Amino acid sequence: MPDKKRVLMQGNHACVAGAIYAGMRFYAGYPITPSTEVAEGCARRLPEIGGRFIQMEDEIGSIAAVIGASVAGLKSMTATSGPGYSLMVENIGYAYMTETPCVIINVQRGGPSTGLPTKVSQSDTMQARWGTHGDYTAIAVAPSSVAETVTETIRAFNLSERFRTPVTLLLDEVIGHMREIITLPEPGECEVVERVKPTCPPEQFIPFEMTESLVNPMPAYGEGYRNVITGLTHDTMGFTTNKPVEIAPKLDKLRNKIMRHVDEITRLRTEFIDDAEILFISYGSVARAAFQAAKIAREAGAKVGAIQLQSIWPFPDKELMELCARCRKVIVGELNMGQVAIEVERVLPRDTEVHTLLRYDGEILTPMQLLEKLDEVL
Amino acid sequence: MSEPRHRLMDYVREEIMPHRFCVGCGCGTILNVFTHAVAEIDLDPARMVCVSGIGCSSWIPSPYFKADTLHTTHGRPIAFATGVKVMRPDLKVVVIAGDGDVSGIGGNHLIHAARRNIGLSVFMVNNGIYGMTGGQVAPTTPEDVKTSTTPHGNIEPPFKVADLVMAAGASYVARWTTYHVFQLRRAMEHALNKEGFSFIEIVSQCPDYFGRRVGLRTGVDFLQKFKGQSVRVKKAETMTEEELADKIVVGQLCDRDRPEFSSRLHRVTAEQVELIKKERAG
Ligand SMILES: Cc1ncc(C[n+]2csc(CCOP(=O)(O)OP(=O)(O)O)c2C)c(N)n1
Ligand SMILES: [Mg+2]
Repeated sequence: MPDKKRVLMQGNHACVAGAIYAGMRFYAGYPITPSTEVAEGCARRLPEIGGRFIQMEDEIGSIAAVIGASVAGLKSMTATSGPGYSLMVENIGYAYMTETPCVIINVQRGGPSTGLPTKVSQSDTMQARWGTHGDYTAIAVAPSSVAETVTETIRAFNLSERFRTPVTLLLDEVIGHMREIITLPEPGECEVVERVKPTCPPEQFIPFEMTESLVNPMPAYGEGYRNVITGLTHDTMGFTTNKPVEIAPKLDKLRNKIMRHVDEITRLRTEFIDDAEILFISYGSVARAAFQAAKIAREAGAKVGAIQLQSIWPFPDKELMELCARCRKVIVGELNMGQVAIEVERVLPRDTEVHTLLRYDGEILTPMQLLEKLDEVL
Repeated sequence: MSEPRHRLMDYVREEIMPHRFCVGCGCGTILNVFTHAVAEIDLDPARMVCVSGIGCSSWIPSPYFKADTLHTTHGRPIAFATGVKVMRPDLKVVVIAGDGDVSGIGGNHLIHAARRNIGLSVFMVNNGIYGMTGGQVAPTTPEDVKTSTTPHGNIEPPFKVADLVMAAGASYVARWTTYHVFQLRRAMEHALNKEGFSFIEIVSQCPDYFGRRVGLRTGVDFLQKFKGQSVRVKKAETMTEEELADKIVVGQLCDRDRPEFSSRLHRVTAEQVELIKKERAG
């Protein structure tokens, strides 16, 4: 018996592997550093398995085509970086409103504007939550290794289908371009969620019915349902509405179908936290340095632990509160001006000191820098 | 005795009729002609996907036409439709939207879809104005017309959208007006049967927001004007630019067979799948 398949792979290609494992069969995109390898990987792999790749004229068209393909019944995705994500946000809002599953990968680089095409950043964390206009609830996950990129990409598709909503996979340039040896999951090893389709005859189908789960079955276009989908605020039949009694419930539905399941969506990785008095909180590439820093601090006898947010949105309020209940201080490390730090401050009790180590000069945070910060706050 | 049911009622979403277009608007006529064309060539609405953008014209298919309808964002219906067509080349995918939508904000998608020659039928309703937002200048508004955002008269020359799409590589391009309902129906039938990218510019009327600017108060005023202004493509070839200045050139601009994108992509994919199978076997 040969060993399980071990491969040397970069994070961007791990997205492709994870997505194909999850059943993604349509990719539309527009080249942009540092995400381009995702498109290149899909251009090569998708035709081999009967999927379709198309390079569109811009990112607005890319996400539009992705939503179109999803409406046609296929798991679809795109990948981009800051400037491209900014162009996509209007149509991502369309996917929220129409409850159309799709996955958007943002391999983050420095911004604003064209910013730092080749440098690492985590400054689109808030954009993943609030990028498009209007009230809605977002799901975003953030892996910190190549292996995790495979599993979190699969999970991004699962969450997207499960809740009928767009999901953003937040990579940073380091994770996207880093190469690690990983073992790809065998078929059947990871859960894959398939889209639920209606079973009733078309005449009886109520596309946005207010059911217990708030997540409706979704017919594929061309299957005879003669369905109506619009980005205008709509009633349970999918028709445009201006009635207050229908508007608020629609928006509640978009929020509650996700917020009632924060536990299921939240994924945190923890290390040395049981008796920890100080905790590092981080995600993406910074989490790698934070775990290392915590390990070194432990070896030196300090009661330090680390939490990695593998999912960032919806923010894990309850879980963080519980995990940090016995610690006096936390240090939030991130590659931006404190986008998750604001959330941590919001969530933790007043008497927990929230310190930050923020870098936004295009460089990574190292374990040494985190340890220096630890010394400073001890 | 119950009222006899119109034979085309099965093609529209009866539950939300009557439609909400203004009196004299061309959109009702276009819905009517489109429905006739679909029935005439026996297309099954259950195997059609109608995609529209944002604007009055985008309401023609959505919600009124009873196929699978996708009412998208302003300017983007062709890009959404591209995703549908690529995954389901077997379906008839139709885009109906306004001139502002298709040739203004969405102009980039339009020319690239025509260049790819993807098998969509795009019916662009050219009322020369941004109707839904209350009558602002569009890329199709004639020069000198005063709109709410060109209070001193439009100083920009308008796009000849059908000519643009032909130059970009579409398989079939035509231009008709809402006066030419029979010709328009035949053109739609032809476009819907075409394999590659087909495009019809439908010169239409907006009595409320365009008409009042140019002294045409009713739909009928417009139709009479269109009738007088229209010149057939063949005849136009013999006319000078000055002679054509205030004319509408109607008819078929091109009808040619070029490789269609989604079936081409389908072929490439099938070849790759075969290749991989062979590699695995051998
Ligand atoms: C991104 C965006 N910009 C602007 C608008 C506002 N808007 C709605 S309809 C419209 C113009 C519609 O004009 P056209 O496409 O010609 O359609 P018509 O109403 O004339 O049929 C505009 C500008 C919008 N909905 N979205
Ligand atoms: Mg218009």
